[in-house]
Order: sequence, then structure tokens, then C-alpha cells
Amino acid sequence: MSTATINTKGADTITENGIQYPSKVMLDLHNLKKVYPTPKGDYVVLEDLNLQIMKEEFVTIIGHSGCGKTTMLSMIAGLNPISGGNIAVLGNPVKGPGPDRGVIFQAPSLMPWMTALENVMLGVNQVFPHASKKERSDIAKYYLHKVGLEGSFDKKAIALSQGMQQRVGIARAFAIKPKVLLLDEPFGMLDSLTRGELQDILIEIWNKEKITAVMITHDVDEAIFLADRVVMMTSGPRAKIGDILNIDFERPRTRKSVLEHNDYYTYRKHLIDFLEH
Amino acid sequence: MKQSITLNKVTQLMGFGFLKPITALFTGKPQKEDIVNFLKKIVVPLLSILLFLGVWQGGSTALFNKEANFKIEKALADQGQAAADEMKACIASGEVSCQPNTLPSPSQVWVSFKTLLEDHKVITADKLAFKQKTAVMNEKRVAAGKDPITYTGRPSFVDQIITSLKTVFAGFVLALLIAVPIGIVIGLSETLRSSFNWLIQIFKPVSPVVWLLLVFMIVKTLTKDSNSDSAFIISFISVGLCSMWATLVNTAMGVSSVDKDYINVAKVLKLGPMQKVFKVILPSSLPLIFTGLRITLSVAWMVLIAIELLAQSPGLGSFVWEEFQNGAIDSNSKIIVAMFIIGIIGFLLDRIMLTIQNMVSFNKNEGV
Ligand SMILES: Nc1ncnc2c1ncn2[C@@H]1O[C@H](COP(=O)(O)OP(=O)(O)O)[C@@H](O)[C@H]1O
Ligand SMILES: [Mg+2]
Repeated sequence: MSTATINTKGADTITENGIQYPSKVMLDLHNLKKVYPTPKGDYVVLEDLNLQIMKEEFVTIIGHSGCGKTTMLSMIAGLNPISGGNIAVLGNPVKGPGPDRGVIFQAPSLMPWMTALENVMLGVNQVFPHASKKERSDIAKYYLHKVGLEGSFDKKAIALSQGMQQRVGIARAFAIKPKVLLLDEPFGMLDSLTRGELQDILIEIWNKEKITAVMITHDVDEAIFLADRVVMMTSGPRAKIGDILNIDFERPRTRKSVLEHNDYYTYRKHLIDFLEH
Repeated sequence: MKQSITLNKVTQLMGFGFLKPITALFTGKPQKEDIVNFLKKIVVPLLSILLFLGVWQGGSTALFNKEANFKIEKALADQGQAAADEMKACIASGEVSCQPNTLPSPSQVWVSFKTLLEDHKVITADKLAFKQKTAVMNEKRVAAGKDPITYTGRPSFVDQIITSLKTVFAGFVLALLIAVPIGIVIGLSETLRSSFNWLIQIFKPVSPVVWLLLVFMIVKTLTKDSNSDSAFIISFISVGLCSMWATLVNTAMGVSSVDKDYINVAKVLKLGPMQKVFKVILPSSLPLIFTGLRITLSVAWMVLIAIELLAQSPGLGSFVWEEFQNGAIDSNSKIIVAMFIIGIIGFLLDRIMLTIQNMVSFNKNEGV
């Protein structure tokens, strides 16, 4: 890995042979720690967690249930306070939530009283306050179109199926043009056919928008298919990064080409061995 | 078939779901289960009404006899056999002056109901005549800068109902204007919620009578130097204060228990406080707010009668009170008529609120 040459002191540049280059690091988690106070005393979920994620990279995170994946992601999102260490986005420490880090939750979390379009507009209005109403609605419609919902702009969110709702969730997240997209098991509740469709949609838009994506999943095949790198977390308490696996498949990938690739089963075995160690 | 679906949807939405068996019977071909449904949902309830009327009739006859016997025995003890026989004959003849004063029978109540409607027609005609008679004169008076002459006759039963509805509506609006904003503010802040909790817990169970007295103390002083209708003001404010608590508590609860996911979405999007309240928190707590408003309206209607009665402000409450004090032969049955009217109006008000509640609640599949 090339990360060894990168200055991790939170600067947005790297220095090599005395010359400054723009850093390739989008997200930098440094000695991250999280403690939840419980009635039985403090519970240390994460400790000394170090991870760097590059610009335009797609990273998937796997680990046993309860090890602290959601905790880590919500700290990156700024929704959960940090107990120790720090998180930097392009060198700037995270101080709270913001639209530079879009989040797709496991539950679609759409406002049920709004239409699909209104849900996407909610974010767009906020991020592009100076654009005209037409421009803003065009942005929202563009992304709804991208996720295959061009016929459902005016349907109430509650009237959409889970899969459709999650499509709106994806559109809403991309429409605010985040630098980083954080996804917490976004397809966990969907059937495998719908999941495959949404994976394709996600990868297509991600590829086009050139943003950084961090996605938690419990599905090993999904982790391999989507990722440039699969990050494995150790089991808690005091979870940290256990191992990282580079996935060297070319993009664009098709499910078929991935499955037929010689390395696929090596990768898969690597991940399963880690989870079952 | 499509027609019957929309018909069902409408009746369902209005909370008249019990009408479904009838619509099912008359739209499309009746199925076997439609008929069973019809028996279950229509015939049995009708039987229950008959049972109710039967018990009522039996009860009132028993009470009538008891009261009549008492009267006859009293006459016997006071004035001897001749007076007792006379009393017996008088009661049997239906003579108004000697009828026992007790629970009226269903048929007496029905007669009183019709009397009240007749009375309303007469008074309405009277009012119209008065208006025509004074029209020209009033125009002159207004032109001369004097107050027009107004009708000061006795209000009819229907007028009393309308007055009561106005009072309850004013009280309800007052409750809404006080309870919803305060509920939102309290709901948003944990600190405010716990610091105002004592106030809510203490004032919520206070009886309408005490509210009335409190409002009376304040309004009496405030309206000292104006000749406005303080009875109306006192009663609607009391109604509002008595009934607002359910809305206050429900609003605060709805606002404080908004789904954490929605709050997180609002945080990620960095919505401003106003946006957060109006786009996320309020819509998501609307169902609970309306549950509160529905309770508020039914409480308002219930306490209204007691408050009108005490405040001597016009309306159904004072109608009941006047009839009770009047003690005329049909007073008791007029009171029972008022009781049914109060019940039916309360039921209809509740249905209206339920309809609105169903329309604003989003936890249903609609719009497909
Ligand atoms: N708010 C909280 N308070 C206390 N403990 C928590 C809280 N949130 C999560 N935990 C605990 O922290 C651990 C990690 O949780 P989480 O990050 O949700 O795991 P994962 O997403 O990997 O399944 C779990 O043991 C969970 O019980
Ligand atoms: Mg989780």
C-alpha cells in the first residue's frame, strides 16, 4: 500500500522530496477511541483505531455484529461524539454533522409525509440555497432519475416499497453532493434481487460522481464486489482495524466477471477466515 | 365495484366504518358473508336500541307508579280518603297539575322533542317578523348614530345549541392556540419539560368548576369598565383552560419523541432550527397532536354544559338548569332531550376530529 508515504498530521498536503503535493487522503481516523458510559462502568468500544481512506476510494467494512462499526461510522458522520483521538476530513477535524458527509442509514429514514421528490429537495434546498427553484428541482429529479424513480416523483414516501425508499435514500444522499458517502448496511433489509439492483445503481453513481464511499456490510460478496479495499474490524471491546484486503478487480465490474475471476475465492476465503478466526 | 371501494374509503375515513355492511349490501351483489355481517353489525345493534328503550320504559313506569302511590298515600294521610280518591282520579286523567314528577318515558321525551322544534319554529318566525317590523326604524336609528333595536325574546332550543357550539368552538380554539405552541416549546427542550412538569401535573386534574371560579375572578375585574358579554367570555375561557391539557401533553410528547432517524437526517442536512421544527418535527408529531386535540374537543364539550350552567351563560347548560328549576310538567323530558342532543353532538364532534386525524396521519398507505 502507498499510504506509508502520507503525512498524517492532519494537513491536506504531503511532502515528498521537499515538494508539496495535494494529499490523497480524504478521511483520516487517528487513534480513535469511543467509550460508552454504562451503569456497570465505561464500555470501551473502539480504541487505537487507525484508518486512512483515499479520495474517490470505495471502502467496505466488515466485522462481527456489535463490534462498533455503526459507532465508527456515526462518529465520522459527526452524529456521535469522539472520546479520544481524532477524525479529519481533508485535514479538517470533524466537529459535527454536515452535508459534506452524506449518510445512508439502514432504514431508509425518509420523511413519510413527504413525496419522493420533496424528500430529496429537503437536502438540495439546504445545500444549494442560492440556486433557482427550477435548478434545485432539476438536481433532485436528476438523481431520482438515476436511481430509476422517474415515474414516482410525487408518490408519498410511505407508499413506496422498502427497495424504492432506499433508492430515494440514495438519491437524497448523492443530491447534496457530499465529499464522502457513509453507508450503514444500506441494503441489509432488502431481498437479494433488489440488493443486486441497488448495488449496481450505487456503483454507477459513485463512479460518475467520483466521491469517497465508506460502506458497512455484513455480506462478504457485497463487500468484495463493491470495494477497492475491504476493512476488517476486530471484535469488541476495544475493537480496531484487524486487517485490510485490497481488491484488485478492474472497473467497471460485472457480477459475472467478478465471480469468474481467479482471485475471487482467494479474497473470499481471506475474509471468511478472518471472521471465523 | 370501484364506486363501492371509494364509498367504503370515505365511510372508513370518517369513522363510519360501521356503515360498511349496509353499503356492502346495496352496492354490488350481496355475498353470504355480507348478510351475516349485516345481521351482526346492523340487526344486533338495532336490537340493543330496542332493549335500551324497553329498560327505560320499564324503569320510568316503575318510578311513575312509586311516585303516584306516594302522592296518593300522602293525600290520604293529610286529608283523608276522599282526597286520596280524588288524587287517584286526577293522576289517571292525565291532568297536568297532579302528575308525578319523575323520570319521563321515551314517548314523553319524543313529544317534548317535537314541542321544542315547534317552539323553535314559532320563535324563528317571531324573530323574522320583528326584524321586518324594525328594519326601517333601525336604519334610521343607525343613520342617527344610535344602536339598533335588537330582539330580546327567549332563545329557542336550537338557538341554545348554536350558542353552545359557538362557546365550545371558541374554547377549543383558545386551547389550541395556547396548548400547541407551548407543547412544541416544552417538547423541544428536556429542561423545560422537566421544569414545567409539576405545573401540568397539578393543573391537569383541577375540576372545571374551579377553573370557572378562577376565570371569573380575573375576567370580572378585567371587564369591570366595559359592558361586553362577560358570561360568554368567562365560559369559553374556562372551557379552553379545562380542556387544553390533553393537547399540551400530547404535543409535548409528540415533539419530544420524534424518530431519531429523522433527527439525524435533519442534523446531516444541517437544517436550521425553523426548518427542523416545521419540516421535520411538526409533521412527524401531527398524529399525536391531533389525538390530543380530539381529546381536548371531547373534554371541552363535556365541561361546557357544567360551566354554562354555573356561569349562567346562555347555551344548553343553562337550558338544562332553567328547565330543572322551572319544574313544569314537561321539564324533565326536555332535560332528557337535551341529554340526547348533547350526546349526539359530542359524538359528531368526535367523528369530525377522527376524520381530520385520519387525514393527517401518515402511518397508512395512501396516495397509491
Ligand atoms: N448509545 C450507546 N450506549 C451504550 N452502548 C452502546 C451504544 N450504542 C452502541 N453501544 C454498544 O456498543 C457496541 C457497538 O455497537 P455498534 O456500533 O452498533 O455495533 P455494530 O454496528 O458493529 O453492530 C455494542 O456492544 C453496543 O451494545
Ligand atoms: Mg450496526
